[in-house]
Amino acid sequence: MVERKPMTWVERLYMWNIMKGMWITFRHIFKKKATISYPEQKRPFSPVFRGLQILNRDEEGRENCTACGLCAVACPAEAITMEGAERKKGEEHLYREEKYAAKYEINMLRCIFCGLCEEACPKDAIYLSETFAPSNYQRKGFIYGKDDLLIPHPKTNPVEYKKALGNRANKPQHEQQ
Amino acid sequence: MMHLLAMDWGFVVEKMILIISIVSISLVIAMYETYAERKVAAIIQDRRGPNRAGPFGLFQPLADGLKLFMKEEIIPNTSNKMLFVLGPCLAMLTAMMTSAVIPWGDRIHFTLFGQDRYVSLQIADINIGILYIFGVVSMGVYGIMIGGWASNNKFSLLAAMRGASQVISYELPMGLSLIALLMMTGSLKMSVIMGQQLDGWYNVLYQPLGFFIFLVCAFAECNRTPFDLPEAENELNFGYHQEYSSMKLGFYLFAEYINMFISSAVMVTLFWGGYDIPFVNDTELVKNIGYNWMALLQGGTMFIKVALFIFLFMWVRWTIPRFRYDQLMNLGWKGLIPLALLNMVITAAVVLWLKK
Repeated sequence: MVERKPMTWVERLYMWNIMKGMWITFRHIFKKKATISYPEQKRPFSPVFRGLQILNRDEEGRENCTACGLCAVACPAEAITMEGAERKKGEEHLYREEKYAAKYEINMLRCIFCGLCEEACPKDAIYLSETFAPSNYQRKGFIYGKDDLLIPHPKTNPVEYKKALGNRANKPQHEQQ
Repeated sequence: MMHLLAMDWGFVVEKMILIISIVSISLVIAMYETYAERKVAAIIQDRRGPNRAGPFGLFQPLADGLKLFMKEEIIPNTSNKMLFVLGPCLAMLTAMMTSAVIPWGDRIHFTLFGQDRYVSLQIADINIGILYIFGVVSMGVYGIMIGGWASNNKFSLLAAMRGASQVISYELPMGLSLIALLMMTGSLKMSVIMGQQLDGWYNVLYQPLGFFIFLVCAFAECNRTPFDLPEAENELNFGYHQEYSSMKLGFYLFAEYINMFISSAVMVTLFWGGYDIPFVNDTELVKNIGYNWMALLQGGTMFIKVALFIFLFMWVRWTIPRFRYDQLMNLGWKGLIPLALLNMVITAAVVLWLKK
């Protein structure tokens, strides 16, 4: 309950309260700014930050994913679709095991970034990176295929690989849980 | 015919140049007021404000202007076309006209064809300077009224009605507070009122209450917070200029900023000594440095004083919430008018007593 008392004489003059308010706003002129200049300055991430997914490769640049489908099953938003294929002879430098994902799509509009795919994956193939806020002009642009998701090659493009991996994937597995 | 030829054409040219420069200066100042407003708002709210366009965001007003020019111009089908266009024009015109009687500095001196010329930095030093200001300012309500009415939209009309009654209500205490000032100065001429304050006490020391009433009324006349009821973006959907788009909207917004600049200049001239440099003996200084440097210094002083007032306008805007309509009317009719009358009576008694 708000008690509505009649205004006192000082309050009815308005001036005293206005002066008090002006003093408060005046003090704020000298305070530290709450905002940062965003694209140049970024706020630090929490170590458990969950951004866009990346499909991981091993040290030799072979794709980890075996298209087992556990991530798709774990996904509560049903954002993941994939198609498996068998590794041919001569493709050993591309895929780590005999089976691989020929198609791997995540619908970023459906994804809720819960990280259950990462937890479900037995092959360390999918990680949630520190990239966030994707933008696109069309809805179909938010369906990320393999070329969007795959991490850069660690041999041919080590700098980008490190960047994409972020801090999260660098940690040993037991620390992440 | 001979009269025309015998006229001092140099005088006409001087005045034309003065008018054009003062109009363009007030436009530029109004432009940068919009920038300053956003910056002040940001700083008071612990933000950064516009800082992307150019160094420190200084080109922001240009970008805003370009945006307004490029917008689609919509004239509602049901509106009265002629009045719809006339509204913003009137608002802009009345905002610009007041600057004619304000003294911006003493005079500049130059020699032309071996002839000494002195150009006063006041466009028109008319006998009824203050009356002229009042006349033009009360015309300003037509811009709001016509714009809101011609839009043929009930919210615009409501807001325009509110605006009109507000401006008319606050003109009364404004006039009454100035009557007390006029009884002291004994002249309506701006240059005389200004000259009395030169190297003397400022009028605000004699008329603190009068100045305070004038200040509050100036806020109301400029439709600035806490009295921005005609605009009232969250109750009336931007009020009288709801149907306006593109540069016509820009004119309304611009007129508000020019009004703010001009009313600050009027307050400085009437109460805060105008272009007088405080703590400096102006008549002595002018003998040492000459008229032109003096005019520059005086113009700068005037500008600083006006800028402080503009800052006050903004500071108040980002502090105080909007008054409710009945509170506004109560304050105007039951608060300020009796106060102004009291001030007038006291001043009259003191003037009479001192004369005896």
